[in-house]
Parts: sequence; structure tokens; C-alpha cells
Amino acid sequence: MQTLFFILGGVALVSGGLVVFQKHPLRSALWLIVNFFAVAGIYLLAHAEFIAAIQVIVYAGAIMVLFLFVIMLLNIRQPEAEPKIPFIGQKLLGIVLAGFTGLILIYGVSKAVLGSAKAVAPGLGNTESIARSLFTNYLLPFEVTSVLLLVAIVGAVVLAKSKLK
Amino acid sequence: MVVPVQYYLALSVALFALGVIGVLIRRNALVIYMCIEMMLNAVNLAFIGFADYFKAVDGQMFVFFVLTVAAAEVAVGLALIVAIFRNRGSVYVDDLNILKW
Repeated sequence: MQTLFFILGGVALVSGGLVVFQKHPLRSALWLIVNFFAVAGIYLLAHAEFIAAIQVIVYAGAIMVLFLFVIMLLNIRQPEAEPKIPFIGQKLLGIVLAGFTGLILIYGVSKAVLGSAKAVAPGLGNTESIARSLFTNYLLPFEVTSVLLLVAIVGAVVLAKSKLK
Repeated sequence: MVVPVQYYLALSVALFALGVIGVLIRRNALVIYMCIEMMLNAVNLAFIGFADYFKAVDGQMFVFFVLTVAAAEVAVGLALIVAIFRNRGSVYVDDLNILKW
């Protein structure tokens, strides 16, 4: 179980690094799909089967298809133009700042006091327990989510229209 | 052999920091969006790790909602990028400087 976690975590980290450091956005998108699949495998290890399936369908399926579609629609041929750097050392400064962000996160995580783990609830993470929670405790957020998706659909259509009358 | 929650948190922090690096050093708006998705994914991983640790389903519910918001955000964001590309002919954030004094 732990070796599987290390393998999947290594795949996620390497593919995540390739997303950041690939020149062409198309290759970044393809490596991001690998990253999402690795994370979905880790979800399976953590007894979150429903979330793993949703991750593959929504992220690796729908969202990445949308990304690839837009990349091909915009038809960006040349890789990122390197010479027009706004100021020297932006990359170095960015990596240093991101390293500081990571250090702060590690500090906060290491300060966290973990309570004792509870006893195992039967059937954690399967569709039935998620559905029961979704339609009892989280009913209002669930309905608000549907409104949010409607707003997003309308917004995307309005923004992508070529001419507004 | 169960995976400790600290491992989930360590991987989550590493993925989040990678996403921050991408947002800070890349100029292509599409790649910046992908890195934002990677950061959202890292947060989801922390939620799942805690849900497994506390044996509670609530963490998985939050991942569900984060996924929904991410899908909505990507739809609107990519439409925005397409609109910007139509207006300015570029998706590089360096070229979007008309608000710069």
C-alpha cells in the first residue's frame, strides 16, 4: 500500500514538474492528464472510490478536453518567446517565492495538532454514503452548486460569442 | 499497511508549490490556468487524506464541491482567454498591459 502510494506520488510529482517546465502548452496539458490519473489512483488508496471516478471523468475527461480544444482553437504555434523578459531573474524569483510558500505550508502542517482518529465507519467513501451526506447535511450547498454551474454556462456562452448585440 | 496522513500532506504541499512555481514563472495564460488546476488538485488531496484519517465523509463532500467550482471556473476562464485572444491576438500575460501606467 505504501509502495503504491510512493509510486503514484512520484508519478504525480514528475508529471506536475513536466507541466510547469514544458515549452508547448499542448504537452503541458497532456502531462496534466497523467498527473490527474496519478492523483485519482491515490484517491483509490484513500478509500475515496467515488471521488476517484469523478476525478477521472470530470478532470481528466471534461476539463482537459476543454483545455485541449481551446489550445487547438487558438492554434499557438511558437513556444513561449524567451527574449521579452520584463525584468531579469523573474524565473529565479518565482521559484524562490514558491519555495517560501512551500516552507510556510510545511511549517503550518507540522504545527497542526491531529485529534485521535475515529473508529471505521462502514462503507466510507462509497456512492451510498456520499449520496446520503449530499442530500441531508449538504443539501443547500448542492443546490447552490447547480445555480453556480448555470451561471458558468451562461457566462461562458456570453463571453465566447463573437459579437454582442 | 495504511498510509499515514503526513504523507498525503507532504505530497499535497509539494504539488501546491509546483503549481505556485508554474503560476509565477510561466507567461502563457493557458499554462497558468493548468497550474491553478494543479493547485486545486493538491488541496483536494489534503482533503482526501484527512477524510481517510478521520474516517469522515465530509472531506470527500468538500472535494466534490471543489471539483464543481473548478469546472465552472475553467469554463468561464477559457471563454475569457478566447475573448482576450480575439481582442489582442495573444495569450501571453506580458502582452496584456493596457492597464499598466
